[in-house]
Amino acid sequence: MSASAIFVLDLKGKVLICRNYKGDVDMAEIDHFMPLLMQHEEDGLLSPVMSHGNVHFMWIKHSNLYLVATTNKNSNASLVYSFLYKIVEVFTEYFKELEEESIQDNFVVVYELLDELMDFGFPQTTESKILQEYITQEGAKLEVTKTKVPTTVTNAVSWRSEGIKYKKNEVFIDVIESINVLVNANGSVMSSDIVGSIKLKTMLSGMPELRLGLNDRVLFALTGRDKGKTVVMEDVKFHQCVRLSRFESDRTISFIPPDGESELMSYRINTHVKPLIWIESVIEKFSHSRVEIMVKAKGQFKKQSVANNVEVRVPVPSDADSPKFKTSTGSAKYVPEKNLVVWTIKSFPGGKEFLMRAHFGLPSVENDEAEGKPPITVKFEIPYFTVSGIQVRYMKIIEKSGYQALPWVRYITQSGDYQLRTNV
Amino acid sequence: MTDSKYFTTTKKGEIFELKAELNSDKKEKKKEAVKKVIASMTVGKDVSALFPDVVNCMQTDNLELKKLVYLYLMNYAKSQPDMAIMAVNTFVKDCEDPNPLIRALAVRTMGCIRVDKITEYLCEPLRKCLKDEDPYVRKTAAVCVAKLHDINAQLVEDQGFLDTLKDLISDSNPMVVANAVAALSEIAESHPNSNLLDLNPQTINKLLTALNECTEWGQIFILDCLANYTPRDDRESQSICERVTPRLSHANSAVVLSAVKVLMKFMEMLPKDLDYYGTLLKKLAPPLVTLLSAEPELQYVALRNINLIVQRRPEILKHEMKVFFVKYNDPIYVKLEKLDIMIRLASQANIAQVLAELKEYATEVDVDFVRKAVRAIGRCAIKVEQSAERCVSTLLDLIQTKVNYVVQEAIVVIKDIFRKYPNKYESVIATLCENLDSLDEPEARAAMIWIVGEYAERIDNADELLESFLEGFHDESTQVQLQLLTAIVKLFLKKPTETQELVQQVLSLATQDSDNPDLRDRGYIYWRLLSTDPVAAKEVVLAEKPLISEETDLIEPTLLEELICHIGTLASVYHKPPSAFVEGSRGVQHKRLPGSAGSGESVESPDTGSAAGASDAPPAVIPSQGDLLGDLLNLDLTPPATTGPPPPATSGLQLGAMDLLGGGLDSLMGDESEPPPIPLRTDTPQSPQVLHQSPSPPDYSPTELGGDLGGSSAMGAGFGAPPPAAAAAPFSAPVSGGLDDLFDLGGGVGMPMGAYSPPKTVWLPAMKGKGLEISGTFARRAGVIQMEMTLTNKAMSVMTDFAIQFNRNSFGLAPAGPLQVLTPLSPNQSIEVALPLSTVGPVMKMDPLNNLQVAVKNNIDVFYFSCQYPISMLFVEDGKMERQVFLATWKDIPNDSEAQFQIADCRLSSDAASNKLQGSNIFTIAKRTVDGQDMLYQSTKLSNGIWVLAELRVQTGNPNFTVCLKCRAPEVAQCVFQSYEAVLKN
Repeated sequence: MSASAIFVLDLKGKVLICRNYKGDVDMAEIDHFMPLLMQHEEDGLLSPVMSHGNVHFMWIKHSNLYLVATTNKNSNASLVYSFLYKIVEVFTEYFKELEEESIQDNFVVVYELLDELMDFGFPQTTESKILQEYITQEGAKLEVTKTKVPTTVTNAVSWRSEGIKYKKNEVFIDVIESINVLVNANGSVMSSDIVGSIKLKTMLSGMPELRLGLNDRVLFALTGRDKGKTVVMEDVKFHQCVRLSRFESDRTISFIPPDGESELMSYRINTHVKPLIWIESVIEKFSHSRVEIMVKAKGQFKKQSVANNVEVRVPVPSDADSPKFKTSTGSAKYVPEKNLVVWTIKSFPGGKEFLMRAHFGLPSVENDEAEGKPPITVKFEIPYFTVSGIQVRYMKIIEKSGYQALPWVRYITQSGDYQLRTNV
Repeated sequence: MTDSKYFTTTKKGEIFELKAELNSDKKEKKKEAVKKVIASMTVGKDVSALFPDVVNCMQTDNLELKKLVYLYLMNYAKSQPDMAIMAVNTFVKDCEDPNPLIRALAVRTMGCIRVDKITEYLCEPLRKCLKDEDPYVRKTAAVCVAKLHDINAQLVEDQGFLDTLKDLISDSNPMVVANAVAALSEIAESHPNSNLLDLNPQTINKLLTALNECTEWGQIFILDCLANYTPRDDRESQSICERVTPRLSHANSAVVLSAVKVLMKFMEMLPKDLDYYGTLLKKLAPPLVTLLSAEPELQYVALRNINLIVQRRPEILKHEMKVFFVKYNDPIYVKLEKLDIMIRLASQANIAQVLAELKEYATEVDVDFVRKAVRAIGRCAIKVEQSAERCVSTLLDLIQTKVNYVVQEAIVVIKDIFRKYPNKYESVIATLCENLDSLDEPEARAAMIWIVGEYAERIDNADELLESFLEGFHDESTQVQLQLLTAIVKLFLKKPTETQELVQQVLSLATQDSDNPDLRDRGYIYWRLLSTDPVAAKEVVLAEKPLISEETDLIEPTLLEELICHIGTLASVYHKPPSAFVEGSRGVQHKRLPGSAGSGESVESPDTGSAAGASDAPPAVIPSQGDLLGDLLNLDLTPPATTGPPPPATSGLQLGAMDLLGGGLDSLMGDESEPPPIPLRTDTPQSPQVLHQSPSPPDYSPTELGGDLGGSSAMGAGFGAPPPAAAAAPFSAPVSGGLDDLFDLGGGVGMPMGAYSPPKTVWLPAMKGKGLEISGTFARRAGVIQMEMTLTNKAMSVMTDFAIQFNRNSFGLAPAGPLQVLTPLSPNQSIEVALPLSTVGPVMKMDPLNNLQVAVKNNIDVFYFSCQYPISMLFVEDGKMERQVFLATWKDIPNDSEAQFQIADCRLSSDAASNKLQGSNIFTIAKRTVDGQDMLYQSTKLSNGIWVLAELRVQTGNPNFTVCLKCRAPEVAQCVFQSYEAVLKN
């Protein structure tokens, strides 16, 4: 069904740790992985799935590690990749950083986790909060009798333990919207969308029932209450705690939240938005002598709002030298290892327009290696504001002990994949 | 303190040291030692020598230590099976531990110890754990059943574990249900006939309930299991869809894809006019688009599957072009897949945008991506006619960039555009010719040469251009050489006066100086054509070519259906049939999409696209993918359909197929009169084939030509041994030296190919015939059925006045003339008689079907006997069905009219088998190769008009063939099979 074995390799392809789940693929097959990967890379045919004979490798890369699943069956590939990313998530929560050293430093726990995460190729419990209740890094300190299976593992509510207690019951809700924009060299917007995410930091006692109300147009249409601005969400994805069939039938977002931080939901909105920070650029390259760059940035959002930590990243040729900058605000810096000029503006009020000029020298001997045309990318954050206008209308919290709990909401809009193609 | 210290033990006497520590009395020291052992194991050192010492540590109340020991056991038990038994007791004990964590750990580890000897000891503990009060133990035990089944299936069945597992589907705990489903699916997959998962509405309902409550992984197991179910009707189908759609909102991409799989399958059954059907279609697009914001590997899986979905139901994503636009930082594999989908979605409405994007991509740096982008522009031109002009001008712009690989790629696609829109864009040829010198890739050179040859009359210096290529002829790759040969012959036919020298030059280069048989053969054929009948040569070489059509790399409909049923799996990522993932490819259930409900839906709505109608109507497009239906090489030899006897002088090229008596020995060269009636495929690619994925058009492909000639084997077999000198005579070629080679081909002389005719057997023994002995056989010669008899007079007196009559029989066989025994038959004399038969006599069904009752009269008495004729002699010459008709008929004949037979011990290659069968008028319509297994699709027609369709499966290296026969008159199957066997074995 999915993986026969899971391997964690270092960058050279050496096995750091592995677990054979099914025994139907020779564990030595992993020796073919690295040569195969290099072959594919050389041929320009890099692919997340590679085959050697009847063995298939599905792999992802994380920091200085490869995580590889082998199989010789017609496995569910999407399940395998989801699972590999889940392993990364769990290990990261256990060891803070997942890298070669943390695997070696914690190999006993890694083995224990691998044993618990998957059985015979079937992913099992992958909630790290729950796993931490019975697989601990200080395993030695625990009395055996205390280590019991948390009922949560097999509960329908497999993501929250019972008996959680807080003095002050609070929920923090972050509504974060990322803007993805792709602008053509001639200035026309090729595609743009908003990917929103609602994150929770839950500090609630017991088993609270929560209901989140948004100004979702479909909901308002269903209930007939049409007051104020509503938002059409093209697609919504929920954390497994949300009752999906309930949402499907009456658009109610009801759930028992996981404790602590979690992403409750994400959504995608297709409406065409004006790029919040508009960039016009003129990049002139005079071969063998110089490159001249002029970039104009304009804040296309409300005057009252301010974009923070704005970074405009402008690509320059790899052989450019002797940078000179002039900016009307903020500061520009040359980052040679990335072939970029980074123009940083700490605070960028809406409606304003700023300018940056850069000048680079080019060597007289031309670099004969072809270079791509990387786009200009922009990073920014605008607090207290969502582009889509989405709002949390209410968050109802009901727990059988009847405590009062306070929800806190924060809004922020930020850049996502924000690319503007250039002519050069 | 971290675990890394365990990796740094002293080298010297390590094992010895560890042994001592493992046997230490101190618990802490023991545990440290086990950790060191595991650390050594992790870095790949062999610590199996410590097996007994580690197992001794197993009985501990320290959970962490126990886990480590278990881990060690899993790794080394297989290498120490005898010692593994030592562990059994502890397992059994641990399975009864009060702590469910330990019980589960024991049952989980037990199943991972793949040692046959200990499995039987594990049955009792497993049985208990399956009924454990703690769901954590039950869910682990459920998986253990699958593990055990993998080691010893019989044991699991005998112990009744499968039934227990089935009961767990009704367990109160959703995790247990999910694991039970997963285990059952796993077992069912490896044993497709076990009927383990007999899904019925009740179990489906249970699964759908558990779906709402189990973990994300459990949801995937259940959804994947649901995808195997076929609802009884459209109502059930809709209700399942309604309960599955909420999963589209799950944050886990794998859950979403599995849900998409179920919905894509079940919506097949929904009536297309149902409102819900439309709603469902609309619901599918947003989650598919969202998958493109997942991690790149998941994006890749999603894109490969979207590629399938777009082919099956193009309407779902037709408005979503923009999301497939390539981003600069996409990994290359994502870029290439997006590009592919962009072309599939390209339409008149969005073509402007698409072209602008493609042009942008064509200026990137990644060579593979750029090439594909340029190719994509060509495909757009062919797909969206209105855009062709724009595409051509975009390509010309790109050629102006002079970037070498861009130019070459552009020339290759422009050639295809010429094939689609002849006489429209030839004005660009001049620009193309400017770049002649920069072409260094064979495909681009071949394309350019094709263009020059094809439009030689418009290119003033075509001869110079081609001549310049000729200089390095032998350094060129085969495809360029072949193309150059053809192009120069074209040029010669168009401008004969100036190019005579050139054509002679290329012909002699190809025939004498090359040891490539394809090139040589093509050279000879042109040579002969030109020398015998230039007019015919013109007709053949300059024949009008069929236009190439647009959708080219569509996946074959049945494969597409199967892949849709496997969305999310490796099969759908590779676009290979799931059977390719199973060793031996036996015992795989081929999943098909269910048919739609109701009667009115049999006609697909037109907007589902031409490729969609596979399940209910013959496909409108025969896909060109060589790997499936393609490879029809042998078919090109098929003689033109003739109902009567073929013309006595068959043309040379057809000998291989037609020469029944070996009488056509007049040979290839001896027959001067007729040019070959089959068009040379060198210039007429098969019509529905189009050429995008296979990078070269058929006219470039060397194998194609080999096929045109029927392959040397068929040819060689057909020739007798023609006298070389005589044969060479009509060839007015300047050099004949090379020609001898050609005749050598036939020199060996094999058996004449022809309809199989069994050896004579005695029909009427002399005892019963009062001295007359008749032995005989049946044969089909030149389209005429003959009864060939040897009459022997074993009596003492002369026999005269012979006559013959048949009783009524199944196929209306009757003598077409009198029995020709002209002279009296003296004692001890034999005479050979051939009696032509007709099939227009009175009909009566016989048993066996091919039984014939005969009466022979002579001056002494009337004698009766019966004999059986091989049904193959009733196979008529025009038994080759059109491919489309074949497909439709095959689908149309119900499966219960299918008969399957095995032919044992037949050591023929599929091609040889095909040739042999063709000699008996069993025609191969198509051939596909899956996993080294060749499937030949064949048709034959009986004299009474009954068609028999066959699928012959030949596995390389396996002498046993399988024949599946489908016929509207299933009673003939047995006889037909006998003929197959007889033909193939003789």
